[in-house]
Amino acid sequence: MVYLTRKAEFSASHYYHNSALTPEENARIFGKCNNPNGHGHNYTLEVTVKGAVDPKSGFVVDLKQLKDVMNREVLDALDHRFLNKEVPEFFSQIPTTENLAIAIWQRLEPKLKAAQLHRVRVYETPDLFVDFYGEA
Amino acid sequence: MKAHLTRRYMFSASHRLHSDEMSAEENLATYGKCNNPYGHGHNYMVEITVSGAVDEQMGMVCNLVDLDGFVGREIVERYDRQHLNLLVEFKTNVPTTENLCVAIYEIVKRGFHRAHLEKVRIEETMMNSFEYAGEESLVAGR
Repeated sequence: MVYLTRKAEFSASHYYHNSALTPEENARIFGKCNNPNGHGHNYTLEVTVKGAVDPKSGFVVDLKQLKDVMNREVLDALDHRFLNKEVPEFFSQIPTTENLAIAIWQRLEPKLKAAQLHRVRVYETPDLFVDFYGEA
Repeated sequence: MKAHLTRRYMFSASHRLHSDEMSAEENLATYGKCNNPYGHGHNYMVEITVSGAVDEQMGMVCNLVDLDGFVGREIVERYDRQHLNLLVEFKTNVPTTENLCVAIYEIVKRGFHRAHLEKVRIEETMMNSFEYAGEESLVAGR
């Protein structure tokens, strides 16, 4: 079993707000991330797949195919978007880095053919990242 | 759904690697220039990884305000701009980054209960890093 990781970057804006809570509760829990005008990040995405090395090609996965899936399913949908207003997963969910990692996993997992998805890592800043392994 | 969250923190401290159980020659042979009696310093980068279910209402494993507050108070304030050899945890232990990893893991494990502590990772310089995930991980071979 070999693990392969591909990186990508995207920039997007978001804000944290739960409509079930009062404005005061939202402000207390989410602090300055609650600003309804949003704020942005340069996100770094790392997608790790695993699989046996194909004896013929020497590949775990065709990198071109992985890149195409990442571009189509994730980057085209998220890059230079306001996550709360333009990405359906976040019409009802708060676009935290945790939920972003889960949403990216759910977008990629059904589309990857040859290799098995192992981990989605999303850096919101260089000092904060979330790992999701598809665990319930 | 369960996710892992990792946050990086920085502090600067000095230390000297020296064991009273060894002779001066053995110390020098073992620790080289890290044995300099005047000590030397590093910019330490600490990564704290916690895990847990993503709370449906908040969308979070744990509120970063809580984690930052705890680590700022209990780790960064404790170690930043200090000479590690003078701290109680290094009275008998050599302040290698291995032992620093264990000390920080124990502080977080004992005091922070808003998410499960998975791992502490420290970069002493850009060229080396150390990880500690508790004794259980050694037993389980993870």
